[in-house]
Amino acid sequence: MIAEFGHFALICALCVCLVQVGAGLAGANSVSAGLMRVADMSARAQFGLVLIAFGALTYSFVVSDFSLAVVHANSHIAKPLVYKIAGVWGNHEGSMLLWVLILALYGAAFSWGERAMPSSLHARILGVQGLMGIAFLVFLVVTSNPFARLDAAPFEGRGLTPILQDPALAAHPPLLYAGYVGFSITFSFAIAALLDGKIDRQWARWMRPWTLLAWVFLTLGIALGSYWAYYELGWGGFWFWDPVENASLMPWLAGTALLHSALVAERRGTLINWTLLLAIVTFALSLAGTFLVRSGVLTSVHAFANDPARGLFILAILALFTGGGLALFGWRAPATPADKFQPVSREALLVANNIFLATATVTVFVGTIYPLALDALGGPKISVGAPYFNAVFAPLTIPFLIMLPLGPLLAWRNDRLSPLVARLAPAALAAALITLGLALTRSGTPLLALVLLGGAFWLIGGALTDMGQRLRRLQNLTQTPLLSAPVAHAGLGVMIIGIITATAWRQELVVAATPGDALRVGEQSLRFDGVRERAGPNYTSEQGRLVYLDGAHEGKALLPERRFYEAERSQTTEAAITTDLTGHLYAVIGEPVDDKRVVRIWYHPFVAFIWIGAILMALGGALGLAGRVVGRRSHAATGTGA
Amino acid sequence: MIRAFTLLLVGALVLPAHAIDPGEALGDPALEARARALSVEFRCLVCQNQSIDDSDAPLARDLRAMVRARLLAGDSDQDIRAAVTARYGEFVLFRPRFGGATAVLWLLPLLLLGIAGWFVTRMFSRTTSSEVE
Repeated sequence: MIAEFGHFALICALCVCLVQVGAGLAGANSVSAGLMRVADMSARAQFGLVLIAFGALTYSFVVSDFSLAVVHANSHIAKPLVYKIAGVWGNHEGSMLLWVLILALYGAAFSWGERAMPSSLHARILGVQGLMGIAFLVFLVVTSNPFARLDAAPFEGRGLTPILQDPALAAHPPLLYAGYVGFSITFSFAIAALLDGKIDRQWARWMRPWTLLAWVFLTLGIALGSYWAYYELGWGGFWFWDPVENASLMPWLAGTALLHSALVAERRGTLINWTLLLAIVTFALSLAGTFLVRSGVLTSVHAFANDPARGLFILAILALFTGGGLALFGWRAPATPADKFQPVSREALLVANNIFLATATVTVFVGTIYPLALDALGGPKISVGAPYFNAVFAPLTIPFLIMLPLGPLLAWRNDRLSPLVARLAPAALAAALITLGLALTRSGTPLLALVLLGGAFWLIGGALTDMGQRLRRLQNLTQTPLLSAPVAHAGLGVMIIGIITATAWRQELVVAATPGDALRVGEQSLRFDGVRERAGPNYTSEQGRLVYLDGAHEGKALLPERRFYEAERSQTTEAAITTDLTGHLYAVIGEPVDDKRVVRIWYHPFVAFIWIGAILMALGGALGLAGRVVGRRSHAATGTGA
Repeated sequence: MIRAFTLLLVGALVLPAHAIDPGEALGDPALEARARALSVEFRCLVCQNQSIDDSDAPLARDLRAMVRARLLAGDSDQDIRAAVTARYGEFVLFRPRFGGATAVLWLLPLLLLGIAGWFVTRMFSRTTSSEVE
């Protein structure tokens, strides 16, 4: 019964969406306050209804209602409660329902939160948001109904892929989707503004916080996914240039470009067309990512034979929104005033930022699509993988890093370089000295790695210089956006240090060990104590034991495991990791070889910097948001922003 | 089928895989480093998106052994790439070789930067000739 309520609520939500689109767009055209209010109410009702459906599915998972096909296929009575709940989105139908829930949540949040803007723009945004609601609700109800029943209810479910039975499952998909789907609002902003015909600085000012919000979530979602892969995968890789990762990186890169171009649009009223285009493209890339992942056209590690109808449906949604958005842009994009800024100005540096980010986005896109396109056109079968992306991205990053610290320190419109040189000299000198020191002490570090490290130090130095200046201007909490850029930029520098050191200085030991053997990797010595059997809640495991023989962790035991999940008939590797800021020791046990046991130990220097950097970047974004929210509370319309 | 689908949620998740087994490594650290660098470039053809360096599939193990045997025999990296490609096709290379079909792939980033640079110079030559606000 509960499931039928959920199903019914979804269909009601679809009907409400139709009302939302009609009332929003028609209400804005006829400037009817009544119709526009209906659009607001619809957006909130849509969220309520989808929430009911989501609650119904969650309930079905918690009580293990195996008469639902999706619960039977993805759950098991013996599964711990947290994975029953998180398992709601650990499958296609449930994850699409989560997608729709977040879409509806953004619509409702927008309806509640954005009261200051003209009501026609507000109503049009809700109308466009409703169009997406229709598309995805139809997709859900027609091709991916999470409430489909099985004819005879089985007694037991098939269980959840063990690799997904991890606390990260609770947070990674919701964060990632909050990012992806968050860009639906900026897309709606662009479409509504093109329909509206009034696109100015104020429009960019209203849009930018939503861009920031989506970007913060996407940053955290990708970082968490990377950390999850790092500890679950069994050797400590953190980024694989897998098509599915690329699918999340593309909207992130485009969204980062959008953040910066919207800043110029907001402060200077230029780059408005480019900002509109980026808003459309960023969401299109979110949709394209969904299509690529779900249609099964990619040979990915997430390989799945899939229902082609679903792929076609999402392709249709993608074509409709991207094509429609771009066509509208081509037709209605406003004539731009001449961009009045000089080559040495903050605008010019932000243009450079956008050139690099756009190039990076296209490179990832083409690299991901190229093998498919070539194959479809009858060309040779080729692969494009990590070595290609690393080879292209490393050189692309260097000029980007060199220019980045200059931007925030330059004045808008026109500035001179010479005062900047003096201000940044300490940062440049420090970066050069540290890099030189590393080159002398860490022989064997590749030149490219040293150059990138130097760039990262320069970036952090520049961010600190910038931060010092801005802290002096900071007077109250509405001005936290002042600190947004330096914190986020320093975060990028920290992340690059982590990526480079963990790649270039990684140490590895692979041995067949007998209990009592002393193993040495890098500076660390450990004793292998053998393997014992252990029982978990829904698995059995082999647990190895390694003990530190010296150093700060002397006497500490590491307990890597191999787990066997009976219900799902598969196994996972649980690495044991010592997490120091200066590096992670990462230990895994493998198969028995005769009377020995394969033990693999890695040392990943400063690898934590990758995720600390990502958190700093997200914090920078959050600081940009916080001041706006505080500012809006204290005085309604105008405030100070960075 | 649907269950495998869930993996999409996981971003980077790959099935647990391991690099080389004990005993595979060459005694000479320089040769071994070259072997690892090469292994990362070759796709494991029976896996999904894993290099032979990451995979524990038997085919990947054989290919790793072949790479090391050829290194011991004194082959250059280029020779080994050519030999592996001759046997398994271009598909085995994670870093596609520059050629007619892949020129776009390698030149596109440069091309984009070039076009953007041209636009920007044009923009500034226009603004500097007109009066600035």
